[in-house]
Amino acid sequence: MRENKSKYSIDIEDLYVEYRTDYGVVKALNGMDLKIEHGKTLGLVGETGAGKTTTGLSILKLIPDPPGVIVGGSIKLDGEDLMEKTEKEMGQIRGKEISMIFQDPMTALNPVMTVEEQIAESIELHEQVSKSEAIEKARAMLELVGIPGERGKEYPHQFSGGMKQRVVIAIALACNPSLLIADEPTTALDVTIQAQVLEMMKELKEKYNTSMLMITHDLGIVAEICDTVSIIYAGQVVEHGNLEDIFENTRHPYTEGLFNSLPNLKDRKAKLKPIKGLMPDPANLPEGCAFCPRCDYAMEICKTQKPEKIYRNDGHYVRCHLYNEENIQEGRLETR
Amino acid sequence: MIKYVVKRLLALIPVIIGVTMLVFFILKSAPGDPVRLILGEQATPEQVAELTEQMGLDQPLLVQYVKYMIGLVQGDLGIAYSTRRPVADEVFSRFPYTLKLSLVATVVSIALAIPLGIIAAVKQNTVIDNVSMFVALIGISMPMFWLALLLMLLFSLKLGWFPVSGAASWQSYILPAFALGFMNMASTARTTRSSMLETIRQDYIRTARSKGVSNSVVIRKHAFKNALIPTITVCGLQIGSLLGGSVLCETVFAWPGIGRLMVQAISARDVPMVLGCTVIFTICFSIVNLLVDLLYGFVDPRIKSMYS
Amino acid sequence: MQNTTAPAVSRAEAVKKYKKTSQFGETMKRMARNKAAVLGLIILVALILMSLCADFLYDYDTYVVKQNIADRLQWPSAQHPLGTDEFGRDLLARIVHGSRTSLLLSFAAVALSLAVGGFLGAIAGYYGKWLDNLLMRIMDVILAIPMTLFAMVIVAALGASTLNLVIALSVSQIPTFARVVRGAVLTVKDSEYIEAARAIGQRDLSIISAHVLPNCMAPIIVQTTLRIAATITSTASLSFLGLGVTAPTPEWGALLSTGRTFIRDSSYLTFFPGLFIMITILSLNLLGDGLRDALDPRLR
Repeated sequence: MRENKSKYSIDIEDLYVEYRTDYGVVKALNGMDLKIEHGKTLGLVGETGAGKTTTGLSILKLIPDPPGVIVGGSIKLDGEDLMEKTEKEMGQIRGKEISMIFQDPMTALNPVMTVEEQIAESIELHEQVSKSEAIEKARAMLELVGIPGERGKEYPHQFSGGMKQRVVIAIALACNPSLLIADEPTTALDVTIQAQVLEMMKELKEKYNTSMLMITHDLGIVAEICDTVSIIYAGQVVEHGNLEDIFENTRHPYTEGLFNSLPNLKDRKAKLKPIKGLMPDPANLPEGCAFCPRCDYAMEICKTQKPEKIYRNDGHYVRCHLYNEENIQEGRLETR
Repeated sequence: MIKYVVKRLLALIPVIIGVTMLVFFILKSAPGDPVRLILGEQATPEQVAELTEQMGLDQPLLVQYVKYMIGLVQGDLGIAYSTRRPVADEVFSRFPYTLKLSLVATVVSIALAIPLGIIAAVKQNTVIDNVSMFVALIGISMPMFWLALLLMLLFSLKLGWFPVSGAASWQSYILPAFALGFMNMASTARTTRSSMLETIRQDYIRTARSKGVSNSVVIRKHAFKNALIPTITVCGLQIGSLLGGSVLCETVFAWPGIGRLMVQAISARDVPMVLGCTVIFTICFSIVNLLVDLLYGFVDPRIKSMYS
Repeated sequence: MQNTTAPAVSRAEAVKKYKKTSQFGETMKRMARNKAAVLGLIILVALILMSLCADFLYDYDTYVVKQNIADRLQWPSAQHPLGTDEFGRDLLARIVHGSRTSLLLSFAAVALSLAVGGFLGAIAGYYGKWLDNLLMRIMDVILAIPMTLFAMVIVAALGASTLNLVIALSVSQIPTFARVVRGAVLTVKDSEYIEAARAIGQRDLSIISAHVLPNCMAPIIVQTTLRIAATITSTASLSFLGLGVTAPTPEWGALLSTGRTFIRDSSYLTFFPGLFIMITILSLNLLGDGLRDALDPRLR
């Protein structure tokens, strides 16, 4: 087991990321906070375009540059500030300390390299082994994710979508990283395969005591494998807490909206209550609370002032003007 | 793989038949009597009739064509009107010069263009990128024969560094090969750059970076081979214009190849000679296209699996 | 609760905004942002204006055709900005009038092959089956001959003249256009709006012209621009070889061919006509690149 210098495997504070294009500055992250304790799993939940993938890429410092720029904030991996690392040092961290599983397995693998070469590449880079040993270990990794090792000689186009995602997972886990970032690892897969892949990830994570950042928009997955949850909206966490805090003591109108958007299997007559409208244009964010234009409870103050964190308990906080120190404990949103 | 090559070679046969038929009938429809052309206006009707029969021109076109094809299979391309000698002798003695010139031009231009395109892509929007892409843009915009003339003017006539014409020594290759290859190089470099830019934005490049692979290794190991695929396509297409360009290049530098032979044959209305040159060019072009397709297989496993 | 209607309003605005900036408008906007493409367009328009105004600038008979042996082979001067040719004719006047021949010929040849090739490609792609097979095999045969060589063969058969040159250049390019249009038609043919048009009983021809062709304009426009550039080169190439426009009609390639004879002492005769060819092709290439980027931003 590793010796941990900090309580948190990853600790992001007040992170700002912008994409500066010809068409304007897109503010992707606006004061992003994120903490994961060692061996725990955090679910990062939000709509498309909320900044989930940008958060994951920021940790690896792989924001496409240009146009992406990290404007401010800190990212600490087990207490060490990644912002100060050189590109070369980051090369030793990527794949070794932090790995990422990407969303679309169909495009995440190099079409002209064999599968085992792609897994072995990571092993060769980070561990003192010969090429043939790396290939051998790559095959063992394939077996681990449920693919016969001899298929490693094949190319990605010979694999199905679910198997490609297993390969991507094998690449990410090849060097036993301390932090695994999984960016919607099952979105592109069939439902039956989704469950298999999730189950496998859960097992592997427990086996190696890996911390995990699970990026998703599926609250079902969150309930299944996460310890804590951050709800992200327009590049900022609007509500954070453990499963119980978020599922049982929902505070933020946006979180509420997410739950209301889910079909209720027990009461099929119940109408869905989708959140009206769309995400604000990240190139042109509202002055006050970013959720204000879509919020049923919006007040005058919401239009002009950004809400600060209000804590319900040590772990659970919300950014919303509806709450203050007095009403945060009991304040439940009335259903519309 | 071998099965695929054989299949492709067999598929060449109808194309060659089609090409010869097309060119044969186009050229045979030319106005004017070739016999009159050879014998001159003073020839008696008896002489004309005799030669017409001797050359088989009194037979129906289709019969003439079939006879031509039977000859072609045996390596006989007919008798040239202008010299009264076998076309095949002339064409095959000149062909190596065209082949050598085109090969030098192709190899050198591709060898220069691919690294240039990659550097331009990696250093996107820097001075190197802008300068080399400007040069490449000029390169695809310059008419080949004008470039040839300018090169000849500067390096042969003014500076006297290279011979003005002919194919006597290795120095005589430099200017024609450069003129012939420059456009090829320019368009290959442009394609390499744009496909490289396209490739380095792909997800699998991000995957490689997330493994901790350094930037330069990502370019060399992951991006290069993928970016090569569109580049090969364009190189293949360029060979056609390179062969067409060799006609002009050989004319400017008085190069003893079949391109110049063809121009002379057209001026002399020498139908068998024009036909012979066209057939040889077409066979070359088809073989090059086949080689290009095979090259895909080496680069792209997805295509390779289709071959077997 | 007073702002529940806000999103509805903003959606209506979004729809309005979307309608205002049509696809054409969007493309033009993207084009306008591309400085190189705008430069190409300006140069091209200037060249076209030059060829249209040729008669006002230089009278054809006095400047372009009439020989003036006393002034022969003069280097550029104030009187003859680009010098004179071997018959004492002003080179600039001949280049200006030559632009008319070169541009007109190339536009005509491309328009002709676009019409024929486009038609063949459209019906091949739309009807498919044996018709597609037959047409495309014929196109394959023509494509197996390098384009310039095929044009040369046609000129060799028909004889060197301006009309024959146009025929040769357009016939040799028909397969290129047929392939581009066929490919484009194939990609839109199976889309659902075509299915819908068929379902409400529209006839084939009106489906092709009203739905299929407008939706595959992008590759056709780009290809046309680039083909015009290539055709200008081919026109000049064939004239240079003596297989195209014949004396005394001025044409850029033919002018270069003359220049070649006098290259040793009167190199300006070689330099300037070629420069004009290059600038024309450069402008078309810039425009073509710009159009491609603007019509399909993914290709950048």
